[in-house]
Amino acid sequence: MAGEARTAESASSQGGAAISAEGLRKTFGKIKALDGIDLAVSPGTIMALLGPNGAGKTTFVRILTTLLSPDAGQARVMGYDVVRNAAAVRNLIGLAGQYPAVDENLTGRENLEMVGQLYHLGSSEARKRASELLESFGLTDAARRRVKTYSGGMRRRLDLAASLVARPPVLFLDEPTAGLDPRSRLGLWEVIDNLVKQGTTVFLTTQYLEEADRLAHNIAVLDNGRIIEQGTAQYLKECCGGDVLIQLRVADRAQTALAAELLGTLGGDGKVRSTPETGEVSIPVVGGPSMLAEVVRRLDAGGIALSDLALTQPTLDDVFLSLTGRTVEASEETAAQAEGGHRRKRNERAVK
Amino acid sequence: MISNQSIAPVYKFTWNITDTLVIARRNILRFVRLPQLLIFSTIQPVMLLLLFTYVFGGAISAGGFKYIQFLLPGFLVQIVVFGSSQTSVGLAEDLSRGMIDRFRSLPMARAAVLAGRTLADTLRYTFLVLLMIGVGSIIGFRFQNGAPFAIAAAMLAVLFGFAFTWLSAFIGMSVKDVETAQVAGFVWIFPIVFASSMFVPVDTMPGWLQAFAKINPVTVTVDTVRALSLGGEVLTPLWKCMAWIGGILVIFLPLAVRRYRHIP
Repeated sequence: MAGEARTAESASSQGGAAISAEGLRKTFGKIKALDGIDLAVSPGTIMALLGPNGAGKTTFVRILTTLLSPDAGQARVMGYDVVRNAAAVRNLIGLAGQYPAVDENLTGRENLEMVGQLYHLGSSEARKRASELLESFGLTDAARRRVKTYSGGMRRRLDLAASLVARPPVLFLDEPTAGLDPRSRLGLWEVIDNLVKQGTTVFLTTQYLEEADRLAHNIAVLDNGRIIEQGTAQYLKECCGGDVLIQLRVADRAQTALAAELLGTLGGDGKVRSTPETGEVSIPVVGGPSMLAEVVRRLDAGGIALSDLALTQPTLDDVFLSLTGRTVEASEETAAQAEGGHRRKRNERAVK
Repeated sequence: MISNQSIAPVYKFTWNITDTLVIARRNILRFVRLPQLLIFSTIQPVMLLLLFTYVFGGAISAGGFKYIQFLLPGFLVQIVVFGSSQTSVGLAEDLSRGMIDRFRSLPMARAAVLAGRTLADTLRYTFLVLLMIGVGSIIGFRFQNGAPFAIAAAMLAVLFGFAFTWLSAFIGMSVKDVETAQVAGFVWIFPIVFASSMFVPVDTMPGWLQAFAKINPVTVTVDTVRALSLGGEVLTPLWKCMAWIGGILVIFLPLAVRRYRHIP
């Protein structure tokens, strides 16, 4: 239901953008976390920043939410510069970071009321707003319990509720569904959909093409601090040769290369990937199901037996490979090597 | 709908106070709701006071007073200095859990997170100081100088703790993980607490240590609190003590706030 009605709006109208960045750079020591980012998000749309670990997604969000100053370049939220008008920007944004930032020793309600008071809503309005949010996030029953007793999914919902206390016109979500079970993830997607229907501009980061596809009007792919491609989900899938991926495994691994050759012309300009060690072959295609029969026909004619055949959605891996020629893993490794100690520290944080 | 968005005011001076109170309340609730924290931070000093009084009290003759008379004023200072290490631990915890990021993304007063923390900790010191005076009275401590000076003694100990809380806040904002904050606290606290006039008179120490002990902020504060409690020369140690308190605040309050504003 990502919706046909959702046409991607052009990013050319920088002037009216809810979020914009021009030439944004940030370096930590020798690491170029952001290496010249240009981006614009139209009001009332969702932009997903898609990229592997260490690509610079969190750094970008931290700059846009005034937590970090850029070394060079400009960023604006609703027309306000995030450095010079940081205070005005903070009035307009909500942020839900990578890990739920809620106080374990307070109850769910106390957490939301505290945030409301810090937005200067006034205590009766803060109370009212807390009740509304607890209700709409299904936390009314747990409202009087300390957050210490909450499950991971409940904490995440409370965290998102906290970011919505002041009804911000622009919402930043840094990997909002990381570590959530599938049901909680679906619930969260629905919440985000509803927010956008009400006019909120949402900027989210994710490692999942599926999530970006499901939610976002526009997707920007980030790799080592640079945006390497930008467009609708449809466009990105076409970049890697098709909206569906046919994955198969040949029974006799020695025939892997032959299978890849036989199927090579199927995917148009899409790249066929084959792994001789496992006998796996994958081909991005347009109009998947009808192609399935053709695959079987060709392999049968070539005398190749299959042990597995499946239709799947392309993932970040596939987009990444066709855009950069490198796997996500290789990119993460590069980032990890460059980041060294930084990254280790962050992982320790994640464990807590 | 965006054009209808009314832009709230960007800054009001009173937010410095109201936001600080909101954060202070949050930190006090934490203290009240973690019974182990409350128990350990009260039982431990009470136990130490009793141990020092009854174990060492007989061996240490200090200025002709009963040892509890000598010990308790120092103990009031000791308890706030050790207590101040909690400030860096709490802040390091907030940092590692993303609470500081959340606060920094809100349009709240920029000094409130630290001011609220130090305010809550200062209230905690007040409670601990009063508790120590209560327990001390039960085991024989008596103020010798009248109620106004007794109150001044207690207030000075709390004020000293307030200054150290800002030093500790700076450490907490600099180390970023809880374990380091804990260890970092003890590195500076032990030497200044023990190499002071707190437990024994300074003139019993070797010469090189006396040199350190005499300028030690803990010594001058303990001497002042002692003089206020028991009588004796107040003004000389008082101005030294005030100079230390002022100096620590002038240096570490802006440093801590600066750290908060520009977390890397």
